[in-house]
Amino acid sequence: MKTTYLLLKYLAILLWSSFVALPFLWALTTSFKTANGVTGGATYIPWLQYEPSLEGWKVLVRTGGQGIDIVAPYISSVVVTLSASLISLALGTLAAYGLSRFSYRLGFVKNSDITFFFISQRIMPPIVLAIPFFLMLQFLGLLDTIAGLILVYVALLLPIATWVMVDFFNNVPSEIDEMAMIDGCNPIEAFVRVILPNSLPGIAVGGLFCIIFGWNDFFFAFTLTFTKTQLLPVAVVALNSSVTPWWSLSASALVSVAPLVIIAFVVERFLSSGNMAGAIR
Amino acid sequence: MALVMQNIDIQVGGVAHLDDINLTFRRGGLYTVLGRTLAGKTTLLRTIAGLQQPQKGALTLHGKDYINLPVWKRRVAMVYQQFINYPHLNVLANVVFPLKRAGVPRAEARQQAREVLAKVGLAEFEKRRPAALSGGQQQRVALARALVKRAEILLLDEPLVNLDYKLREQLREEFQNIFEGQGDAIVIYTTTEPAEAIQLGHEMIVMDEGTVIQQGNPLAVFNAPVTIRCAEVINDPPMNIFRGTIEKGDIRLRGGVRLPVPAHMAQMPEGPYRFGLRAADLSIGGVIESKVELSEISGSQTILHLRGDIGAFIFYEDGVYQHSIGDTVPVDLNSDRIYSFSVEGDLIAAPAATDEQWR
Repeated sequence: MKTTYLLLKYLAILLWSSFVALPFLWALTTSFKTANGVTGGATYIPWLQYEPSLEGWKVLVRTGGQGIDIVAPYISSVVVTLSASLISLALGTLAAYGLSRFSYRLGFVKNSDITFFFISQRIMPPIVLAIPFFLMLQFLGLLDTIAGLILVYVALLLPIATWVMVDFFNNVPSEIDEMAMIDGCNPIEAFVRVILPNSLPGIAVGGLFCIIFGWNDFFFAFTLTFTKTQLLPVAVVALNSSVTPWWSLSASALVSVAPLVIIAFVVERFLSSGNMAGAIR
Repeated sequence: MALVMQNIDIQVGGVAHLDDINLTFRRGGLYTVLGRTLAGKTTLLRTIAGLQQPQKGALTLHGKDYINLPVWKRRVAMVYQQFINYPHLNVLANVVFPLKRAGVPRAEARQQAREVLAKVGLAEFEKRRPAALSGGQQQRVALARALVKRAEILLLDEPLVNLDYKLREQLREEFQNIFEGQGDAIVIYTTTEPAEAIQLGHEMIVMDEGTVIQQGNPLAVFNAPVTIRCAEVINDPPMNIFRGTIEKGDIRLRGGVRLPVPAHMAQMPEGPYRFGLRAADLSIGGVIESKVELSEISGSQTILHLRGDIGAFIFYEDGVYQHSIGDTVPVDLNSDRIYSFSVEGDLIAAPAATDEQWR
């Protein structure tokens, strides 16, 4: 009975893993193919079924002429995603601490309403924001610039960062803040010296969310840029033209997913360890 | 030179947590605050620490206003009933933390922290994180962090309540030595356990429903509680209260129980009263028939919850006995130990104090 259950369990896990992993495998094999390899029917095993070629990868870093050059969009994407995530996390953490520890009131508006207002920014479909963002960036002269994109992404990521951190701080007992104040910290010192060092798991989760959302966004990267600035998702999709170089498309797709996979592995360790154990009984 | 609270009121959501509190804490004094849960003990300490602001009243330390001084400028140390430590710091760093905030040089701070850790018996644990310690050890870290500051005011909020019985006994004994070393600090210690309050304190403050109901030398309060409410709080199990009258030289209780009026009540006029008798001042083998409603065995005592014509009461029997629920037990009341209260609950006469160990 138990063996059957275990078998079924592993079978289910295996099926799901293949479902997730096979597209990557497909992209991986395709990236080493040439035009003939792609059009010549389904082949999976290099050297046996097709002759692997590095051409799909090489063109990614070649500029001009036949080159595709995803290096520039890659750098732009890293700059935009990291800047926007850092700014959002910094502002979001401060806002969340305030929302978690102090009571604000303006008429009938109270803390939970403010928190909801933050997250409500992500409830509406992004298309609603496209034209306002476009007009605002136009007014600021920041259309088609890295700075403009950072600004827009901060607006998109800040609610996520704030929401994650509010939830985290609500689970940190306020007695710890009080203890820090009794031990001689003013409220800012209590936050910086005691609460922040103990908030790494929350910051890791918030940061992970920000980076995933920022890195993967196609919609705003597409609508708010034209020629000067291009982010990675747009650059990858742009390869899909009249004559699609499937090998380069696959290679660039893999390259753009890689950082998220690495970050997920790193952050996962923060999530499972180092919580508030030992703070309070 | 003292910490003085005058007419302090604290209300939260329309409920009075502290109601017109007037207290004076002198330097070098060890005060125990005894009260049941929700009596306002924690609110009292939080007010002194500055974590809660009273709506009304004055708080002064050595004659200077204390209410408007922010928490981090008050030289206060506090131990919570939950064991609160900084989880990201090891034991030594936890204890050094308040000294560092106070600007004590690193080497000196470490040395002082090590001394205090040795005092609370944690010398060999200084490298551990709080999470890697047992509950008792975590509370010792919190205690060490409070002691190391040599604060003017040391507040302890039921520090033993979350510990197991053995550890509680052990730490309670150590407290007496630890507090002696605090010099002229004001030490305020809250507890729900009468024995703890009486054993530790130089002065005992009894609280109930946000008010101070009695204050004074612990044994004096124990021997002469001024009201029934106080008598109930300072006795564990609570003092038994019987309604009755004094008539024709007899104490008459319900169920036809008659007792001779003892010497300490001889001056009392006839009339209705309420009589109090501690659970330990009853004995087996008398004329009062009562049925067992509940029997608990605690350490080396048996606590019987009984009900008879006289009413419901609790009987504390030395030794461990087996009683089944519904059994009939004959008991006797020791009339020499009877307290008499007015119908309103104020003390009229108390038996002479004895050297007998309080419970």
